[in-house]
Amino acid sequence: MKRFVKAGLVVALAAAGVAHAATELVIATVNNGHMIEMQKLTPIFEKANPDIKLKWVTLEEGTLRQRVTTDIATKGGQFDVMTIGLYEAPIWSKKGWLKPIATDAAYDVDDILPAIRSGLSLDGKLFAAPFYGESSMLMYRKDLADKLGIKMPDQPTWAQVRDFADKANDPKAGVYGMCLRGKPGWGDNMAFLTTLVNTHGGQWFDMQWKPQIDTKPWKDAITFYVDMMKKDGPPGASANSFNENLALFNEGKCAAWVDATIAASFISDPKQSKVADKVAFAQAPTASTPKGANWLWSWNLAIPASSSKDAAAQTFIKWATSKDYINLVAKETGWASVPTGTRKSTYANPEFQKAAKFAAAEKKAIDSANLTDSTLPKSPYIGVQYAAIPEFQAIGVAVGQQMSAALAGKVTVDQALKTSQTAAEREMKKGGYYK
Amino acid sequence: MKRLLPRVLMAPAVLTLFLWMIVPLAMTLYFSFVNYNLNDPMPLFDRAFAGLENFEYFITDPDFWPAVWNTLLLIGSVIVITVVMGVLLALLVNEPFPGRGIVRVLLISPFFVMPAVNALLWKHMMMNPIYGVLADVWRVFGATPVDWLTDWPLLSVIIMVAWQWLPFACLIFITSLQSLDREQMEAARMDGATAPQRFFYLTIPHLGRPMAVVIMIEMIFLLSVFAEIAITTNGGPGNASTNLTYMIFKQSLMNFDVGVASAGALFAVILANIVAVFLIRIVGKNLD
Repeated sequence: MKRFVKAGLVVALAAAGVAHAATELVIATVNNGHMIEMQKLTPIFEKANPDIKLKWVTLEEGTLRQRVTTDIATKGGQFDVMTIGLYEAPIWSKKGWLKPIATDAAYDVDDILPAIRSGLSLDGKLFAAPFYGESSMLMYRKDLADKLGIKMPDQPTWAQVRDFADKANDPKAGVYGMCLRGKPGWGDNMAFLTTLVNTHGGQWFDMQWKPQIDTKPWKDAITFYVDMMKKDGPPGASANSFNENLALFNEGKCAAWVDATIAASFISDPKQSKVADKVAFAQAPTASTPKGANWLWSWNLAIPASSSKDAAAQTFIKWATSKDYINLVAKETGWASVPTGTRKSTYANPEFQKAAKFAAAEKKAIDSANLTDSTLPKSPYIGVQYAAIPEFQAIGVAVGQQMSAALAGKVTVDQALKTSQTAAEREMKKGGYYK
Repeated sequence: MKRLLPRVLMAPAVLTLFLWMIVPLAMTLYFSFVNYNLNDPMPLFDRAFAGLENFEYFITDPDFWPAVWNTLLLIGSVIVITVVMGVLLALLVNEPFPGRGIVRVLLISPFFVMPAVNALLWKHMMMNPIYGVLADVWRVFGATPVDWLTDWPLLSVIIMVAWQWLPFACLIFITSLQSLDREQMEAARMDGATAPQRFFYLTIPHLGRPMAVVIMIEMIFLLSVFAEIAITTNGGPGNASTNLTYMIFKQSLMNFDVGVASAGALFAVILANIVAVFLIRIVGKNLD
């Protein structure tokens, strides 16, 4: 009998222990600098919220997308908080896969940049909270421009940028005129190329959802890209994406580079970049229209509908995407490394303006992007450098593959566009958009 | 009773093994006949029956035939390289010379490098047209460095995979050479057999069985080469280095189309079985 009592006591104590145990939040996130910084600040969050423990699953972008999509689509329930992109947010919230983010006055939802906020909202409700956001811009070597007597305007045309790239290109000295993405993928080369197509007056789909890849704006844009990269690009450009170009630029091997605004903080950091004091920034170049010339992207925190730890997840997301969090990072590591592209108050902060010389250009680029009106002809889709429909994933991958082949000289631009158009039509037919 | 007891005792293990194999295969079969895209999924039993659409879609993919061809070319080339070079290197390190132990260890070490690390090493350290070791060598001779992953994507992958598998072949051949009858060799030499004659009539037949083993094992593993392609070329440029495994990966985890990926996986299973039958018939005879 005594043994039973003892055993009963042990069970009761264990149960009580469980009842008081902290809620463990499993958070899936991407392995970039801002998220790694957030993980380092875990103890501060846990101290302020002793009933919540954070468990991080940090993954490379492609793997993260695979893991969270698989989890949410199969209702796997592995994660309580997911880091998702601006592409997934509208598709998933429309499907009812995400819980709305509960905001209060202190959170100041009106402080979130309008372009990002609208991309994350459905029927006026926020379904994911932006952790950091970005656009694209031109980054170039001011010293080389000065030497060549070229004055880059605040928003140059592609013709002006190409002129600079042609003149600055000096492979013998190890400097290539232009570094651009070439690695296939809808988030790799196609992110950049879509903005180039947009500014040449092109679009992914017309109002009847018919792919428009075999049209003149696409041909103009891709021909321009391939010609310029053949002449002024680094060897192996068809395998380069953000990280490869960042390494090249930091080594002083690129005269110009059009890519994510987030790169600005890395290339102007003397600890990472050999050319930190020689860089300057301008808006993403334009061709026949400024519409959609620069992209819009954000990484956001969201709660899958299947999570049973809603309250704790809300608390965490509110903390990680608040003004206070930005101030905390500034206090811990300095204003130059705070997550940007999400809040007006960050850009309004004089200390931030002083620390980040790219701040104004970045804010202007983000503000000018419009997710629902980014192409010259009217388009039925949401997104600047992507189309937020489930079928786009496969289309972007297939087209990216062809563009990479064209850049490598394996196929002609015409062939690449024709094959891409066929692939896109195949996917859209399979998706039931038309027969 | 005597026969029943062992069967009963074995049953759980057999059943577990059966389920282990049959459940994923049955699921793959089911998924291959329904429309199932992770970006737009239906509840489990509401999924629209797709008939043979997924199979048709996979076969008519412009990448399909290049992928089949690339898969075969990759397997064939790596096997030829590893067997030929493996034999030559094994003969070399079988001879006594100073530092032989160290050379042997260096020779087999690539086999212990993870495929992903192997790919990264080749991509960044060796084949990079700007920083790579090979580019430096080319420059020493005044030549323009080769942009390996762009100009010779499949060859690059073949080199990487062969580099990884050469030690395996070599190791097996060294072990086999050590069991070669020295007296027989000596007798042949005294009978006036030249070195090439001794090699072709004694060494090569002796290496027949280990060669069969190497070919068989490599063939099975090379059907699923993935990391080297995913890390270095992403199957490109275009589809120049896409193999079947990479194509299935692309359908399932890049396009999120589970239906088509499952149809593709069934193709791979069929292909693997054809290879297996071929192996049992041709290579297996050698092992009798």
